[in-house]
Amino acid sequence: MSIDKRIVDDLVANDVSFVTTVPCKQLAGVIEEVDARPEIFHIPSNKEDEGMGLCAGAWMGGKRPAIIMQNTAIGVTINTLATLIQYYRMPLPMIISYRGELREPVACQVEMAVHTKALLNQMNIPTYHFHKESDAAELDAILKYTFMCNKPVAILTDASFWGGYGDQ
Amino acid sequence: MIRSEILREIAPILRDQLIVCNIGLPSQELHIIDDQPSNFYMLGTMGLSSSIGLGLALAQDKTVISIDGDGSVLTNLGTLPTIANNVANNFILLIIDNGSYGSTGDQPTYAGKLTKLEAVATACGCENVVTCQDVDTGKVLQAAIDSKQMTIIVSKCDSGNIKLPVITKDPVVIRDRFMTAVAS
Repeated sequence: MSIDKRIVDDLVANDVSFVTTVPCKQLAGVIEEVDARPEIFHIPSNKEDEGMGLCAGAWMGGKRPAIIMQNTAIGVTINTLATLIQYYRMPLPMIISYRGELREPVACQVEMAVHTKALLNQMNIPTYHFHKESDAAELDAILKYTFMCNKPVAILTDASFWGGYGDQ
Repeated sequence: MIRSEILREIAPILRDQLIVCNIGLPSQELHIIDDQPSNFYMLGTMGLSSSIGLGLALAQDKTVISIDGDGSVLTNLGTLPTIANNVANNFILLIIDNGSYGSTGDQPTYAGKLTKLEAVATACGCENVVTCQDVDTGKVLQAAIDSKQMTIIVSKCDSGNIKLPVITKDPVVIRDRFMTAVAS
């Protein structure tokens, strides 16, 4: 089974039924799979803080949400994470494409990569780094943990996890 | 009319619905005028009232009214295409458009100058966009609720504020009682 399917299977098995996404080349297969699943309402957002607002509303409405985004968006969403998701104590799994790590071809992506874990650490956001495909075996437990403690949780998936960019 | 006068007038309509209320003075005003468990007060995160309301409306069947301001909609302008393309017929976005950033000292917004939010919403693909004057807000809002069609209301009113205390309720308490109201 493809890694994209396995990730979305874990979402569905954990009753995640409202997923917002911002496009990403690495996560394109996951986004396509999310869109194809009848168990999930897929709502693309224009910016990640908007997406977190959608997720907050959906959760208060009784659905388990998730957001799929790039790590550059940590820079966009610090205020929303602090004053909405954390302040009102809401769960939010963030499946994040960790651009700017090993095998990255675009130098500018490294500029946010070097801040990503420091920012997440500063925000006291539990952070998991998927580097090898076998690391995804923990996703089920991470999702259960997120909805147990009502916190945002970051799952960083780097280029090695996705098998490079296909041009190397 | 200024925003607080509109809120006072429409409070009897709002109290039976789920309300997501914008940060700052709008929440403080609604909290003083008619505090209800079915009111979700935003204590931070300017711009996301419409996004939270849309997510809530898509997740369950009860009517949701997001009370927003022209300045906050401008902050999160990307919300309008998302609303237009994900129709929730139990969702109403009420933009109280006083042409100014009220909570920060009435600095003018672009909506108070050349930008017409009703035209932006229409261009984004929103189908039911109603522009009204402050005094007609209650009538237009009730019609939108009764229509069971997703509606964007732009209510034009005067700039101005009343002096109010900040909301000191714990955010988790606000959220928890709101979720109980949603689920009831």
